[in-house]
Amino acid sequence: MSDLLRLDRCSKVYRVGAFGSGTLKAVRDVTFDVGAGEVVSLIGESGSGKSTIGRMILRLSPVTEGAITFRGEDVARLRGHALKEYYRHVQGVFQDPFSSYNPVYKADRVFKLLKDEYFPELAASDWRTRVESSLDAVTLDPSQVLHKYPHQLSGGQLQRLLVARALLLDIDLLVADEIISMLDASTRIDVLNLLGELKGRGLGILFITHDLSLGNYISNRTVILRRGQVVEMGQTAKVFDNPQHAYTRALIASVPHLHRKWSDFQNGRSEDDFAEDGGELLEIEPDHFVRRPERMERAA
Amino acid sequence: MSLSVDDLTVYYRSLRGDVRAVDGVSFSVADGEIMGLAGESGCGKSSLGNSLVYLTGRMRYVGGKALLDGGELPIWDFEAMNEHRFKRISVIPQYAMSALNPTRKVGKMTGELLHSRGIPFASVSDELQRRLELVGLSTDVLHMYPIELSGGMKQRMVMVLSTLLNPSLLIADEITSALDVSTQKAVAGMLAEFREHGFVKSMIVITHDISILYQVADTILVMYAGHLAEKASASEIVDAPLHPYTRMLISSLPEVGVRYEETRLSGIPGIPPPLLDPPQGCRFKDRCPLATARCAERPPFVEVAPGHQVACWEKAA
Repeated sequence: MSDLLRLDRCSKVYRVGAFGSGTLKAVRDVTFDVGAGEVVSLIGESGSGKSTIGRMILRLSPVTEGAITFRGEDVARLRGHALKEYYRHVQGVFQDPFSSYNPVYKADRVFKLLKDEYFPELAASDWRTRVESSLDAVTLDPSQVLHKYPHQLSGGQLQRLLVARALLLDIDLLVADEIISMLDASTRIDVLNLLGELKGRGLGILFITHDLSLGNYISNRTVILRRGQVVEMGQTAKVFDNPQHAYTRALIASVPHLHRKWSDFQNGRSEDDFAEDGGELLEIEPDHFVRRPERMERAA
Repeated sequence: MSLSVDDLTVYYRSLRGDVRAVDGVSFSVADGEIMGLAGESGCGKSSLGNSLVYLTGRMRYVGGKALLDGGELPIWDFEAMNEHRFKRISVIPQYAMSALNPTRKVGKMTGELLHSRGIPFASVSDELQRRLELVGLSTDVLHMYPIELSGGMKQRMVMVLSTLLNPSLLIADEITSALDVSTQKAVAGMLAEFREHGFVKSMIVITHDISILYQVADTILVMYAGHLAEKASASEIVDAPLHPYTRMLISSLPEVGVRYEETRLSGIPGIPPPLLDPPQGCRFKDRCPLATARCAERPPFVEVAPGHQVACWEKAA
């Protein structure tokens, strides 16, 4: 699988406090890649730096150290036309569908803005066909969503409109930052399945979430973040079925299951019990990396 | 019977008419029962919880009654409810993290709250310290401003505050939604602990997350668009739901520990009806695969098996 996007030892330091006197290392030395036709889920609790990584990929915030490359090109160096071309291929959808739209304008204005920016020469009728086929791809009925204000549409519809907008550009990579969290249980699975379909069409998707069950459902590979560091990553099946890091285990143990009670499985260690950071990522089996696995800890 | 609600109807006033958020709801909560109240956003679950404690300005009491330990709650009368709030019926609000007054130290605020109910702080201070310890907070928090506490600490502080006077009924509104999974588990565990220690007699836990309710609740009540859909024990709701809405909802939830290689879950087509002018009869009928002509009439919420109530013509027959 060819690498589409690659993060190479990326770090992000925020200046905090009065006059930026303090520093906060939000992302530390993160390396992973996203291939075409692959969903990679980035899972972490709040403050783990998962959204910061998404923002860095979308160039909404600069990388402090390390590099992000898209098809071999350093994203940080893109300027002017090259940056515009980058956004033609890489787009993001964010958590709150209600605040992604300007409530004063109709929701389909996002399409018009896109046309003015990227396809000014295209005839209106051709554009309409494109919009309709793109809406079709996200299973929306054009007559139900076009010419409506944001408050007239449901969260799931708004979120799918944003995905449709991204699809109008020939995108190769979609950064989906918690796009499911605000949606209702009965509609969220449709948006998830949509991501699955897009994956089938060869799109690379970075799925950022705090919800392990969603990550488990949709992704090929999983990256578990803790305090800005990758603690475990690899194929989803390997990470979820055979978690090696104590933190991953604690996370999986505290997910509320539907058919098994918490009391049914023994209580692991609580989150604060395991040692602070450090160590190297080791490949313990093909495509399964762990930061200092527990077994080795015990042996030492 | 700790709480019994009979045909409660509460609407929201709006310029375009009444929004029927809680429409003819009847259920009961037994002594010592933790009842989960589940549903999608906008289905009226928070409105139902709030209407038992305080009606905000836009809410209009239309009818029905609520009995708490045999005595009627004057829920339509804001002043008369003061007698019951906090002492007999208490709430942990949806945004517990912002429920604390930012300009007061936590201890001072607690004192003022108790004073407003005519209770001297000294008489409960020992108990307060004991309970703070129980939830893993040091008594130093009483000398801190809310801004100095983390989200999880504030959440626990509010939980201790709401239950300080041993209310008969506690309404916990979405208290785990804004928390990380590990904190979520701890808070959920605390709820059960509070009941065991007798701080509260029974509880209504409102959340959209059924898997949390399966962990903590004894029974689950599912609401859909202002109506009750189904009530049964937590395991029955999850393993053998009867109402088509509950069934479709449960089967659309992805789980950890299951491999989904090629299998795809499916959602419920359509969206919930507007509550401003809801359709007659069963409000789920437009999305329901089992809908028949009879569904134009509202199905009664009836007991079909011991402890299992459902509002569906297909299942009640």
